Amino acid sequence: MNGFVENLPLLSVVTFTPLLGVLLLLTIRADDPEIVARNSRWVTLWVTLGTFLSSLLMWANFDPGTADFQFVEQAAWFPRFGISYHMGVDGISMLFVILSTFLMPICILASWDSIKVRVREYMISFLILETMMIGMFCALDMVLFYVFFEGVLIPMFLIIGIWGGARRVYAAFKFFLYTLTGSVLLLVAILAMYFTAGTTDIPTLMTTNFPFQIQFWLWLGLFASFAVKVPMWPVHTWLPDAHVQAPTAGSVILAGVLLKMGAYGFLRFSMPMLPLASEYFTPLVYGLSIIAVIYTSLVALAQEDMKKLIAYSSVAHMGFVTVGIFAATQQAVQGAIYQMLSHGVVSGALFLCVGVVYDRLHTREISRYGGLVNNMPKYAFVFMLMMLASVGLPGTAGFVGEFLILTGVFQVNTWVALFTATGVILGATYMLYLYRRVIYGELTKEDLKGMLDLSGRETVIFAPLCIVVMWMGVYPMSFLSVMDVSVAKLVADYHNALDAHAAATGLVDGVSLALGR
Amino acid sequence: MTALPNLTPAYAEIFLAIAGMALLMLGVFRKKDPVRGVTLLAVLAFAVAAVLALVTNTPQDGISSVTFNGLFVVNAFTGFSKLLVLLGAGMAMMLGLPWARNEGIARYELPVIMLFSVLGMMMMVSANNLMSLYVGLELQSLALYVLAASNRGNLKATEAGVKYFVLGALASGLLLYGSSLIYGFAGTTSFAGLADALTGAQDNVGVIVGVVFVICGFAFKVSAVPFHMWTPDVYEGAPTPVTAFFSVAPKIAALCLFLRVLVGPFEDLMIQWRQVLTVICVASMLWGAVAAIAQNNIKRMMAYSSISHVGYALIGLIAGTQDGARGMIYYMLIYLFMNVGTFAVILSMRVKGRYVESINDLSGISKTNPAIALALTVLMFSMAGIPPLAGFFGKYFVFAAAVNAGLIPLAVIGVLSSVIGAYYYLRLIKIMYFDETAESFDRPDAWTGTVMGVCALAVVVFVLVPEPLLAGADAAAAALFQG
Repeated sequence: MNGFVENLPLLSVVTFTPLLGVLLLLTIRADDPEIVARNSRWVTLWVTLGTFLSSLLMWANFDPGTADFQFVEQAAWFPRFGISYHMGVDGISMLFVILSTFLMPICILASWDSIKVRVREYMISFLILETMMIGMFCALDMVLFYVFFEGVLIPMFLIIGIWGGARRVYAAFKFFLYTLTGSVLLLVAILAMYFTAGTTDIPTLMTTNFPFQIQFWLWLGLFASFAVKVPMWPVHTWLPDAHVQAPTAGSVILAGVLLKMGAYGFLRFSMPMLPLASEYFTPLVYGLSIIAVIYTSLVALAQEDMKKLIAYSSVAHMGFVTVGIFAATQQAVQGAIYQMLSHGVVSGALFLCVGVVYDRLHTREISRYGGLVNNMPKYAFVFMLMMLASVGLPGTAGFVGEFLILTGVFQVNTWVALFTATGVILGATYMLYLYRRVIYGELTKEDLKGMLDLSGRETVIFAPLCIVVMWMGVYPMSFLSVMDVSVAKLVADYHNALDAHAAATGLVDGVSLALGR
Repeated sequence: MTALPNLTPAYAEIFLAIAGMALLMLGVFRKKDPVRGVTLLAVLAFAVAAVLALVTNTPQDGISSVTFNGLFVVNAFTGFSKLLVLLGAGMAMMLGLPWARNEGIARYELPVIMLFSVLGMMMMVSANNLMSLYVGLELQSLALYVLAASNRGNLKATEAGVKYFVLGALASGLLLYGSSLIYGFAGTTSFAGLADALTGAQDNVGVIVGVVFVICGFAFKVSAVPFHMWTPDVYEGAPTPVTAFFSVAPKIAALCLFLRVLVGPFEDLMIQWRQVLTVICVASMLWGAVAAIAQNNIKRMMAYSSISHVGYALIGLIAGTQDGARGMIYYMLIYLFMNVGTFAVILSMRVKGRYVESINDLSGISKTNPAIALALTVLMFSMAGIPPLAGFFGKYFVFAAAVNAGLIPLAVIGVLSSVIGAYYYLRLIKIMYFDETAESFDRPDAWTGTVMGVCALAVVVFVLVPEPLLAGADAAAAALFQG
């Protein structure tokens, strides 16, 4: 068994199984659109479950004791340009792959009844999206990374534009052009890196020392792309639009995985490859993140639309993540990754919660709801659990990440920790306020009285999410141990590079001092 | 009595010339349905010429071989360029066959004229002297003027033809004037002689003025801003298959010649021509992207789209390195498939037997004609340069060449204008997928459907097997820089 797994190109299998699903979907031939739709749903569900299982197989065979890339595959692609198909995961990226494959079957189930038109095309878009997401987290070549990173735009554009809400066209264009603008600057940075270092191989680039002047510009190029993706204030404005207009499953993937791409980019590129510039720009990142945390929390407080509220809360939560990453201590970075994972699950679940009532009443306006606890107790429980996890209650997934980030940041910069911590309070405010307005109170509105509690399908969707949220809150070591060594190496390399630079410049100063200059 | 020159390198051109005359006679004497027979035979002639070009353009010694007293040169670069031209022309001609049948046009002259213009393109790609260059250029241009006005009953077509002819003649005049200046100051018209004579001629104002005139002439032929005025009108006025032909074959030929001339005889003036070209290139990318947004006729939109694509291709030329040349050739190859594919889609835009050209006619066709919608979506995403589609790699390699040559600002402008350009490509997708259904299109015929399918598929699977094509482009670029 072990020999079989070792010989299997596991990452390629995980990445491209969804594409096989696309081919399967294309072979469905039936005249009745109902039959096509039903078959598409089932095929996609099985394919995504299969992908999830194969990614679990990867986790089972993952060795958390090393910071090296594992399951590495390499094949010639553009040999003339030194670009290869190079795949591999380490402790940082592995869990993101799991997150993507885990959310996918849930998304398919969540779209089961709510998507009624062009079901096959919808499923194809999601499967392509899955391949792109997984590939992006596994890619160990910058061009390959870019192909996946940007390839995500195609299916997401279609998902928002075809199956989205009333202002879907505006949201789809905004999403696409915003992210594309950032991404193309990343492309120029990649090209500049290629010609400075002579390769696009990520592990090689991690050990390359770029001069500070070059790092400065490269960092800005990367930042333009990743900051839009995260999204950081002030380039976050595409997010509320995209979230609100996307179909429920689209929002889940947007919040759950797509937002993580930017932060992952910081961890994979900015920090290890451009440590000097990262250190130089840390105050900028702190500043933008603190604004994001406080400002978007306040904005969230004022929202009338449930999805928009959760979208703004995502920006605030990602502000925590960026602070954590650039604090560059073991706890803070681990906390940031943990926060991303938990946010992926929790905000995904929150969007699904909105989806549940939206499917019944076809509105997301908070004031249209109230008193749902009376006729939807199961739903009220799930919503409460997710709401508390989002707030960061101890015992839920959200607590671990926020606590680690704040601990780590506190060691580096007390003020930043202080300001960031206000986000926790504000977060509690807007989430509890939302919950009170939707769930508590008297059930007075006529159209709410007929609403049914979670159906069997919806229970199946939420059960794994609830389990994972509790698991991540109660026993975080199963996840932290995976990333421990990789993060330690990242942080150590980062500080070594800074120390080496300081020593080098210090030495020069010493020499010039000795020479009496 | 002088010996006959070595004809071997020019077999492909000679064959094509004879084939053209033979087809003309066939068209005259064949009573029954001459269009179909002549078109198919012309495509066949292209195929044979492609094989001949492939054989004769790879000289045994691996470098160039010259004939006709140094007027004509063949090497791996000219071979690759000719293949691209023939491929584009062949596919455009296949698109013309069902069009002629549907429109009831029985003019067998069209394929023959197209064939002669291809002959001119092959001649100019192989030109090794300013005079043979001009002869080749004029052969293709004159044929193109006729083609532009071929739909002579139509007011727009005649306007397009006249406009194209007048402006084209002016551009030819500029080119000729520039050539004469260069001849006057350098004392020769042969490329090899010019390369020697111009060494260290950076402060020779006469030559520089001449080169600028030549560049203007070429810029007109590749429809780069500010010499692009004719393009939208000609694209709109010409019959669609002819537009498809216009958008690929002459552009590719002119760009390849442009590249050969600038990095060949004028290599030492790179600092001078780079300035001129940078302006042209930036203007083309930006104006092509911005002006296309306002278009409602899909052929006009494609005209502006091709203008900005020429801008991107010119980036490779401006880099002036082997990388750049390779990037440009590569770009043209990918552009060829994207463009022909898109025109195949345009030619399948028929409602109840009538061709339509408005962008809004595409409304909601994803429901009624999912295959066409899918093909056009793939092609549009590719034109916008979104990975993993081929168009991304085309852009990647020219931008890479620019960055490598230290032209980072140019690359940044390029990528940003590609974002602007993405908007109007996305607009087509939006109209097809997000809007409500208007009228459904007729089922595309087999020829058009095949060309469309092949091009869309090529754009998709390119990412899996880039190596063989790259190898060809690489060899071509290498040949260019070996002399």
